[in-house]
Amino acid sequence: MVACETSLMNVAEASPLVKYEAVIGIECHVQLRTASKMFCPCSTDFQDDPPNSHTCPVCLGLPGALPVINRVAVEHVLATALALGAEIPEYTRWDRKNYFYPDLPKGYQISQYDLPLSARGRLEFDTSDGQVSVAITRAHLEEDTARLVHEVDSNGKRVSRVDFNRSGVPLMEIVTEPDLRTAEQARRYAEELRMLLMTIGASDAELENGQMRVEANVSLRPWGQEAFGTRVEVKNMNSFRSVERAIGFEIERQARAIDAGERLLQETRGWDDDRGATYTMRSKEYSQDYRYFPEPDLPPLRTDDAWLEGIRARMPELPAARRRRYVEELGLSAYDAAVLVADLDATRLFEAALTADEALPAKRVANWVTGEYLRLAKVAGGEGTVPGPGGGDRNGIGGGGGDGEAAGQPPVSPRELARLVRLVEDGAISGTNAKQVFERHFATREGVDAIVAELGLRQISDVSALEAAVDEVLEANPAAVADVRAGKTQAVGFLTGQVMKATRGQANAAIVQRLFRDRLGA
Amino acid sequence: MADSAVPLLTRLHAHEMAAALRRGDFTAGELLDAHLALASRQDERLGAWLFLDGERARAKAREADERLARARTTGPDALAALPALLGIPVALKDLVLTRGQTATAGSRILEGFVSPYDAHIAERLEEAGAVVPGKTNMDEFAMGSSTEHSAWGPTSNPWDLDRVPGGSSGGSAAAVAAYHVPVSIGTDTGGSIRQPAALCGIVGMKPTYGRVSRYGIVAFASSLDQIGPFGRDVRDAALLLQAVAGRDDRDATSAPVPVPDYAAALPASDDEAAASLRGARLGLPRQYFVTGMEPGVEARVRAAVRALESAGAQIVDVDLPHTDYGLATYYIIAPAEASANLARYDGIRYGYSSRAGNVLENYLATRGSGFGAEVKRRIMLGTYALSAGYYDAYYLKAQKVRTLIKKDFDEAFAKVDALVAPTSPTVAFPFAARLTDPVAMYLSDACTLPVNMAGLPGVSIPCGLSEGLPVGLQFIGRAWDESRLFQLARAYEAITADADWRRLEPADLTALDDAEARTPAERLATARA
Repeated sequence: MVACETSLMNVAEASPLVKYEAVIGIECHVQLRTASKMFCPCSTDFQDDPPNSHTCPVCLGLPGALPVINRVAVEHVLATALALGAEIPEYTRWDRKNYFYPDLPKGYQISQYDLPLSARGRLEFDTSDGQVSVAITRAHLEEDTARLVHEVDSNGKRVSRVDFNRSGVPLMEIVTEPDLRTAEQARRYAEELRMLLMTIGASDAELENGQMRVEANVSLRPWGQEAFGTRVEVKNMNSFRSVERAIGFEIERQARAIDAGERLLQETRGWDDDRGATYTMRSKEYSQDYRYFPEPDLPPLRTDDAWLEGIRARMPELPAARRRRYVEELGLSAYDAAVLVADLDATRLFEAALTADEALPAKRVANWVTGEYLRLAKVAGGEGTVPGPGGGDRNGIGGGGGDGEAAGQPPVSPRELARLVRLVEDGAISGTNAKQVFERHFATREGVDAIVAELGLRQISDVSALEAAVDEVLEANPAAVADVRAGKTQAVGFLTGQVMKATRGQANAAIVQRLFRDRLGA
Repeated sequence: MADSAVPLLTRLHAHEMAAALRRGDFTAGELLDAHLALASRQDERLGAWLFLDGERARAKAREADERLARARTTGPDALAALPALLGIPVALKDLVLTRGQTATAGSRILEGFVSPYDAHIAERLEEAGAVVPGKTNMDEFAMGSSTEHSAWGPTSNPWDLDRVPGGSSGGSAAAVAAYHVPVSIGTDTGGSIRQPAALCGIVGMKPTYGRVSRYGIVAFASSLDQIGPFGRDVRDAALLLQAVAGRDDRDATSAPVPVPDYAAALPASDDEAAASLRGARLGLPRQYFVTGMEPGVEARVRAAVRALESAGAQIVDVDLPHTDYGLATYYIIAPAEASANLARYDGIRYGYSSRAGNVLENYLATRGSGFGAEVKRRIMLGTYALSAGYYDAYYLKAQKVRTLIKKDFDEAFAKVDALVAPTSPTVAFPFAARLTDPVAMYLSDACTLPVNMAGLPGVSIPCGLSEGLPVGLQFIGRAWDESRLFQLARAYEAITADADWRRLEPADLTALDDAEARTPAERLATARA
């Protein structure tokens, strides 16, 4: 595994982790990929629509409105549970979580309390400290709240407006045990979880637009101590980078406070990305009583075996298994496998190109995808970067989609990529020219053969065709010929270059070189 | 009867009105006008209605007349195929949402709320061509047994205007008893259809939980609320339930259980109906003759049971040992659910808002003055029962007792086809008699609320008078067995068809036409003083 440059020792010397062990648990809220909301038929596709344009009696909490369960949302949680190897109880039910807030139209959130859809799973991933395995406490289904917009009105009065478009969007909450020990592990967990959710099509899980909200519970304790320290909840981390930075900051802040003999407060802190610091949002000294009780408007839901089997059968290959297969069966390096799998478009392109020409060496195809493809895709400004393992700033490109199907046309046709790699493998085109062809295809989606023909890049490997050019160059460069004969074999390179020039790069340089050596006995 | 101030038209049963409309004896418009005239003339003294919407109702009546006219020109088959309730006035309890109309559920906190959507049953009634003249008074959020807890003032009982009609669906019951409509819709969470039906001397049915969709019905206690019909006879109640019953995808608790043709299963002749009692096994639950039951009521109910027995029914004593815990557990579960259901009335999106200060101040002021005392009492009870540290001792335990109550019924129904019992331990009580004693008020529902706890159907029908006031007889059935309850109730109607009390009508109907007579609010105020 390629690790990030900083070694553990370097970190340790300057770090509070010498004295204290950080204990970190992560709670993720993920908006599920469904056409309609959790309990009503309203569309979830409201990104650019005006406020309160996707509402109905149910998600507005009008009198008399009743919830109806969205089966697709349940299936996404069940698929997540299966992917995490979690237990799924035979019966699950919903509970009301009671509290008053203007973004909560019913005065309670329909959530799950003591019978969540899944419990006790596990997620494994690589970090610079090696492989980490995190226990998942539970994953459950609930509804999102409305969005509050705070503004100043025309009279200069501070007002809050409520946009109910988001109200009732299906949310999956995934909670880990406090198994994580470093900020990097926390970031890697979030990245791996996102990759998993995108792979199974449960969510687009963009941190930047709130589809995936990561909250961390961070506490410190002296090494060897069993009891947990005072726990601080950190919120508002809107990128993987800020997850790592915020938790890193919080570890240092808590360590300094403990060292200074201060009493840490149990509180919720927000991450300010610009200032690079956390700040107090609210105290959690007094735990709120949510008065959970079973939601009487929804009968318990049975998760029967046939349903689960159907979900299992539709489940795509998961990231960990895919990486393993790429290494063990296709002979890719662990790094290439990780980079490929981190990007769903890249994975798709790679797999489809191999399918288009099964005889191609997988490694060659992988090189094209992880190299040229990802380079161009990054330049083209793809959204949703998923960093590769071991380094936060090595970005792959996550395309728009994520449901494993045709979500947005990728800029590269797998068939054409396969064709290009085939041409290089057969010596029909030079590696340098091939990159030129790929760039052109990336920009225009023209066919590879057409580009090669148009630009006249087909490599000449036919000896009889090349002999004439070789003879011409021999005749025109007596000095170089003399040099070779005198033992200066580097001059073969010059002569070869002349043939390449004459054939506008189409000559197969290796063959030309061999012809010169044969003629000149070099 | 001919001398009565009540026009003859309104004295008919809904099924008789339906036949007359098809014959062309009168139009739906005439039928509506007769009812509207009566209601608008008398309601100041009755207080059954929260509003009448004549304009909208007349438009519906016109549509009904057009459908009737078209069918008449097509032929007898087309007329027969028309929905039973076409052109029939149906009153709705003010917690049924109808698009473009107010729905306050008897609460100030919903003042000014105009529903943007129709309840499932409102859609169904619309399809059936029913004509809704307006909405009826009720205890605030259906919490009460007297309709005195309405924010808009009380309703009088047509049998004695100084007495309550029962509740919470008191307006719907009084409107039917006073001939303002032939049938009406109520809801029943602990007895709110059956008890006012008993106190007003009419038929009221609480169907099996899940039989009628609750979509668009302002919720009180979600696991107990059911919608049901009032009528002046069993057939009318059956017709109205037929029109609204059945699975609705928008209510996850509404059951995909087929709805039989209730009315078709009712024998046309009294002889046939009475004959159906032969061999019927009826359980008499000893626990339903509760302490505090009025002797006159007990006497009437026991006489009714004897009449059933004489007609061939086999009466079996049964035990429902957990009945005594029904009231206590009900008053944990129902308020607990209500405390959450009523959280949405926060003064932010609709209804009454104090518009006071910041968010918290607005919550406190809106809910503090928007809700009445009984509603606040139950919100507090429910909030307490669900609080950390109390949940197990109250809510969880109550749910366990609820399971035992259900089991009692299961065991009884292994031996009998249905249960026969009193509906209410007392006849209609005077205004203010129980207002200062919540537990006395809660005891009004001792014989009805176990049925809600078990989710079973129950029907109340008149079985005579005690001290000049109606007494109700209750039949309780197996889940989804409404049809059998209608048949039993119809059989009881048949065997008492010649009883003297059947010919009596509410004693104070004439007083309703006395413009000098006091309003229900004045009567309540006097009683309080």
